[in-house]
Amino acid sequence: MEKPVTRHIQPDKEPLSLTEYEKDGGYQSVTKALKERTPQEIQQLVKDANLKGRGGAGFNTGLKWSFVPMGDDAPHPKYLVANADEMEPGTFKDRLLMESNPHLFLEGMITSAYAIQADVIYIFIRWAYQLSQRRLKKAIEEASEHNYLGENIRGSDYSVDMYIHVSAGRYMCGEETGLLNALEGKRANPRAKPPFPQTSGLFGKPTIVQNVETLCNVPGIVVNGAEWYKGLSRTTEGGTKLYGASGKVKHPGLWELPMGTTAREILEEHAGGMRDGLQFRGLIPGGASTDFLIEEHLDTPMDYSSVMDVGSRMGTGTMIVLDDQTCPVALVENLEHFFAQESCGWCTPCRDGLPWVEKILHAIEHGEGRMEDLDKLTAHSRWLGPGNTFCALAPGAVEPLQSALKYFRMDFERHINDKHCPWR
Amino acid sequence: MLSDQEKHEIDQEIRHMPNKKAACIEALKAVQRHRGWVSDEGVADIAEYLEISPDEVDSVATFYNLIFRKPVGEHVIMICDSVSCWIDGYEQILQALRDALGITLGETTEDGKFTLLPIQCLGTCDHAPALMIDTDLHRDLKPENITEILEQYT
Repeated sequence: MEKPVTRHIQPDKEPLSLTEYEKDGGYQSVTKALKERTPQEIQQLVKDANLKGRGGAGFNTGLKWSFVPMGDDAPHPKYLVANADEMEPGTFKDRLLMESNPHLFLEGMITSAYAIQADVIYIFIRWAYQLSQRRLKKAIEEASEHNYLGENIRGSDYSVDMYIHVSAGRYMCGEETGLLNALEGKRANPRAKPPFPQTSGLFGKPTIVQNVETLCNVPGIVVNGAEWYKGLSRTTEGGTKLYGASGKVKHPGLWELPMGTTAREILEEHAGGMRDGLQFRGLIPGGASTDFLIEEHLDTPMDYSSVMDVGSRMGTGTMIVLDDQTCPVALVENLEHFFAQESCGWCTPCRDGLPWVEKILHAIEHGEGRMEDLDKLTAHSRWLGPGNTFCALAPGAVEPLQSALKYFRMDFERHINDKHCPWR
Repeated sequence: MLSDQEKHEIDQEIRHMPNKKAACIEALKAVQRHRGWVSDEGVADIAEYLEISPDEVDSVATFYNLIFRKPVGEHVIMICDSVSCWIDGYEQILQALRDALGITLGETTEDGKFTLLPIQCLGTCDHAPALMIDTDLHRDLKPENITEILEQYT
């Protein structure tokens, strides 16, 4: 099985130097794109490959690029921003790519930047990823020395610069427009859309924001073509996916597998199933802001549309597993504490609603809940849902809540009836 | 007044930005690197240098989790309190830290050595539970190893 995103990663996880990476087939997409393809051809290729955004939203990457103004009249500078602010709880995939495969990430950024004719690339990375920062800095130095960055890249007429911005820390920075505000030195509040960043983004200029894993998929598509890429997948959505599992499974970890691998295969074959003595109760498929899935959903292929069909979202593809010795109410309280704290306060439903949700859950968990609280939580999951806020933080926050109320309702009721948490 | 070194570091960032104001977060980080935290004086220094109001700088400073507007200890311990670490023993690790340091979240030890803060998911969930001390990541934590880890910083 081909693993284009992780194939350069060594057993000891030490990254390849630029020269080693080139020998291993690296940077071919840059050479090929600059010498043989127009930017529009690259955009079309990535669109045809059906590469869906790996940050969680799953939007067709090439289609997104096609909204960027091109040609002589296009405003400049144009920007490509790599969203490396991996702060979704339970998500740890981009860390691996940046720590152990930095040149693939750089190659993906440079080829993608060429496709939209960007003048500047920013890597927006979270502070906590210290090793990633060190390795990326080194990789950027090497790429500059070898003229994969800077003026007239590899003898072409295309030039691009790359800078790293280390975030001062806030979950909202992972939201596309919040991230742009942070890069402009402001609070990371979301912006109203339209205008969309593709036409008016960073400093009002055309901007594409793309997740790290998404960018790491671009080189393979450019070198091997759209049909090859689609052939890697088990479904209609192209490529491979970095799937992960954390929680009380035998072998928590991260695996590059064909898109559409079932949740059961990831959980049982790769993560080794539950630790001894524990029973599976459910999982959150892709980071904190996705709905729970339970036993009956385990044979669902993990791709964006299939997971949506069973009422959740694939999100980041890194699942958090709930076992029978862990209290689902307390787990949801932990998630809502995170969201309440990280809400930027820009919209009322999120700013006021999430602390209410957290307090109600805290009361239930500590034996002070009332049955009508469950109706309040259900109402909140509607009020904070899609369409009522500028960004997806609040709608994402209520996804695990609404599904926990559905699948673990008896556990909530037991807390209320017994006036204590059965797990404490 | 910003030191020459602080100014130099901020200028490095302004270089690739269309306006000075955009370097606000970088400036806050530079001041914190050199002074340990960002005081009211630090806010005023940045405001003057970037030609924006101190309130504007403060609104940015208070938004971000990793800009400290209060003094912190010599070493800052940041314990991940997000879901995967929570499932895998966060509460026991926090208790071990409390026992070892005599402080809880948001506090600094009397000798000014350690500040203990919560941090959001550190993105190392397959090695939960985890924490950072300054820029070092410690993972696969066990309560009985906490003292040994802390000793590396004394």
